[in-house]
Amino acid sequence: MSKEPVAVVGIGQTKHVAARRDVSVAGLVREAACRALDDAELTWADIDAVVIGKAPDFFEGVMMPELYLADALGAVGKPMLRVHTAGSVGGSTALVAAGLVAARVHGTVLTLAFEKQSESNAMWGLSLPIPFQQPLLAGAGGFFAPHVRAYMRRSGAPDTVGSLVAYKDRRNALKNPYAHLHEHDITLEKVQASPMLWDPIRYSETCPSSDGACAMILTDRAGAARAPRPPAWMLGGAMRSEPTLFAGKDAVSPQAGRDCAADVYRQAGIADPRREIDAVEMYVPFSWYEPMWLENLGFADEGEGWKLTESGVTELDGDLPVNMSGGVLSTNPIGASGMIRFAEAALQARGQAGEHQVERAGKVLGHAYGGGSQFFSMWLVGARPPES
Amino acid sequence: MPEVLKAPLVVEFPFTRSLGPVQSAFLTGLRERVVLGVRTTDGRTLVPPVEYDPVTADELRDLVEVAPTGTVTTWAWNHAPRRGQPLDTPFAWVLVRLDGADTALLHALDVPGPDAVRTGARVRIRWAAERSGAITDIACFEPYDGEPVRPGGSTGEFADPVTGIVAAARLDYTYTPGRAQTAYLDALAEHRAVGERCPSCRKVYVPPRGACPTCGVATTERVEVGPGGTVTTFCIVNIKAKNLDIEVPYVYAHIALDGADLALHGRIGGIPYDQVRMGLRVEPVWTPGARHPDHYRPTGEPDADYDTYKELL
Amino acid sequence: MTREIAVVAFAQTDTLRTTEEHSEVEMLMPVLHAVLDQTGLKTADIGFTCSGSSDYLAGRAFSFTLALDGVGAWPPISESHVEMDGAWALYEAWTKLLTGDADTALVYSYGKSSPGSLRDVLTRQLDPYYVAPLWPDSVALAALQAQALIDAGDTDEPALAAIAARCRATDNPHAQLRGEVPHGDYRVRPLRTGDCPPIGDGAAAVILAAGERARELCPRPAWIRGIDHRIEAHSLGVRDLTDSPSTRLAAERAGAFELPHGLKGMGGTPTVDTAELHAPFTAQEVVLRKALGLGDEVRVNPSGGALAANPMMAAGLTRIGEAAARIHRGESDRALAHATSGPCLQQNLVAVLEGDPR
Repeated sequence: MSKEPVAVVGIGQTKHVAARRDVSVAGLVREAACRALDDAELTWADIDAVVIGKAPDFFEGVMMPELYLADALGAVGKPMLRVHTAGSVGGSTALVAAGLVAARVHGTVLTLAFEKQSESNAMWGLSLPIPFQQPLLAGAGGFFAPHVRAYMRRSGAPDTVGSLVAYKDRRNALKNPYAHLHEHDITLEKVQASPMLWDPIRYSETCPSSDGACAMILTDRAGAARAPRPPAWMLGGAMRSEPTLFAGKDAVSPQAGRDCAADVYRQAGIADPRREIDAVEMYVPFSWYEPMWLENLGFADEGEGWKLTESGVTELDGDLPVNMSGGVLSTNPIGASGMIRFAEAALQARGQAGEHQVERAGKVLGHAYGGGSQFFSMWLVGARPPES
Repeated sequence: MPEVLKAPLVVEFPFTRSLGPVQSAFLTGLRERVVLGVRTTDGRTLVPPVEYDPVTADELRDLVEVAPTGTVTTWAWNHAPRRGQPLDTPFAWVLVRLDGADTALLHALDVPGPDAVRTGARVRIRWAAERSGAITDIACFEPYDGEPVRPGGSTGEFADPVTGIVAAARLDYTYTPGRAQTAYLDALAEHRAVGERCPSCRKVYVPPRGACPTCGVATTERVEVGPGGTVTTFCIVNIKAKNLDIEVPYVYAHIALDGADLALHGRIGGIPYDQVRMGLRVEPVWTPGARHPDHYRPTGEPDADYDTYKELL
Repeated sequence: MTREIAVVAFAQTDTLRTTEEHSEVEMLMPVLHAVLDQTGLKTADIGFTCSGSSDYLAGRAFSFTLALDGVGAWPPISESHVEMDGAWALYEAWTKLLTGDADTALVYSYGKSSPGSLRDVLTRQLDPYYVAPLWPDSVALAALQAQALIDAGDTDEPALAAIAARCRATDNPHAQLRGEVPHGDYRVRPLRTGDCPPIGDGAAAVILAAGERARELCPRPAWIRGIDHRIEAHSLGVRDLTDSPSTRLAAERAGAFELPHGLKGMGGTPTVDTAELHAPFTAQEVVLRKALGLGDEVRVNPSGGALAANPMMAAGLTRIGEAAARIHRGESDRALAHATSGPCLQQNLVAVLEGDPR
């Protein structure tokens, strides 16, 4: 039995901001869900199941918030699943939802991911005290900065590459009405003059903390045939995990990321990702992760990723645009960030990305990662259904 | 078996919750001693008012005032109130359907004992003396034998509405680090770094976490490592974290202790922060009474060659 | 033609009031080894891994990432995690096997309730605006449900005591509470100590396999004939606490009310011989029996159920494992397993398991 092809027929996001003080948590997720339903021209009654994801419950201080959100998401009387795979959760959530359609368990599924970080404080949520452990750091930047330094040492990349990524992504965000940061007066000089927080990571090379939600409607062939707008088709999807810390771990280019990409490419019949994939939405919370992931995902040889960035290949009008939406560097509701990557990839494949639409978007990769660079989820979407 | 290490772990935060229009109106109403419900498209009145219809998923906005009196639909006698609960003397938990409502609200009922409460009992709201716009503005319910109170005609318009609440939440845990970490911490108390070797792949983990993460088996063979080590990579921290008493800038480093197959994390001192480099040879500096090395300082040895530690990056 | 998928192995820890000498991974790892040993599989042979746990029990964010150390996720594995009871992790794994992406799956879940005060911790899963600020604990909410049942004439205190006694008469060696247990004083009236589950730490693991692979790994696989789950409205005040429509609907969708596989048209056969119900409080068994239409001919909770051992996040997966193990041992031919989540049975999962005809 072959799998049922999975189509994305509806996408909705909130306008991501530092604090959505006008809505409850339910109101936030509801807004994204309604926009996705409207996009697909469907109603709550058309939804067979809901799959929801978010990062740690401590961020909002609600344990298993899906219990309270069931009513707002029209899930009463339906199946509801809650996924949590750290920072990759938005991507994993979409893949779990896609699995329900692919397995023909359900015809049409609403999948949604969110974070309302203003309810608490990300620094607190990520750094809860643990007795007997020496407090050395707070927040994620200090955790990832040593790995960035290791990449710089390994690749010999000039230390300006990080600022190029940040400058590009922040300019891309200006073309995305849903992006959190809209820095109209951004210049490369401003990025390069911003303070070093966790040397070698500068302030302007880090992601913001956002309130936001992202939703997608996934459906089968019959559902796609009824869709009012062109769907995006899932051509491949995979998750891979490896332990947090272990002897022999390559924190710069984790094996789990490479394996995950290879699995997706195998499913989609991609032999040469650099030539066959048109654009990428990748999870880049700190700017240096763009060249690092370009290598990890097979778009460049080891140590060569920064050259794609430096030569403008990843610009919006480049040969392999990366983070056309502005990326995590411009918008980061942590639990939703992975799903935003997946949804933005699908928006491109559907030709619905508006001002940040790229010309050639036949095959677009969505990528998310989380934990200590250990959980990966990815999907490849295209304008045409998979061949089978 | 050595004594189990334990420590209190308090997870506490004052969460700031924005309310949205319906919840804002309801909680502002409580501040003004007005109880609001919300009307569904099929004519039911839900109290407390919810933003979305649990049956149809419709967005609900049609607010209507109901009475502060009602009927107990079920109850439970709580003879030992817990922290944070509405009353600190024994009380009944009740679901109350207020007059004019089709659904019930959860709260406390102040009665002397379980014999003074039954399903069907008539009750009314006892308002808190000081009200801020929160569910606790209802202090509790109390018995009531009068006629149903006629509700006013509020539709949820108030001056100076409450748009958010601060919900402080504290949970107390007792943290125990487990067998492997306890052994590590006990050795640290003697200023020794003792890791554990995987019986399968022979790698040495410091600190040990109980399992070899690549083999999925328990590590048991204890191996003392260090005290010297090599800085494999690092960053310079320039922002001061609220809960950390460390002056910035400082160097946060991954340090591979001699004999360990995985770097641990520590602070580098005894050298200007901008002179720290990958490959720097360091040793721990202990301060009396502290469980962990305060920091690591240069040993003065020549830097380690990149090839000797690149697998540990 | 959908793929046939079966539970082929099940293992669990003893559930203990405290496991303070062990970290989560130290508690979990022996169960992972035990379930793999039953089938002769190694981590690298497993096609998909899925787990269930809760950060709020541990008091630490991302607590599940350290538990992964016990799996031996190297080379990297295809893996996912739900912040739910492991029964829902099993559901996710079942869909993965249905797609054909994997032929085997390892499902595990664990929970240590001992570090915190479980009654207080569980208040954090309630509506954060109207309910959580009142800190109504899990026993109080279950007591409101029990009183509603008593008022409706569905049960009384002696009947509840009989449920507790029957469950704890189990011979399950992993149980935390068994044998003669005094019914005790009121905890929150009408519930007495004996009506409430013991609070404990534990872990469980299951292996799923598809088609012929299942037959290779297990002499008598427990075939999942159907599995479904449904959620209800969150607020207690809008629900009929004496009923569980989500359980009934999930059971319908799982085929619990249909005739056993291969017996279509013969009629007259009881649909299941065994039911493992995740009813942490005695009164909840009354609700579930009513929703599922279970008669006295059905063996309910021979394992003792959650009243004998209730490791949070693992107790639901354990119900599926216990039901499957009875089929493996030839003690059941068709069993129903149920898992619940949320206050007063808000969310429910039902699986129908069958052994091959003997």
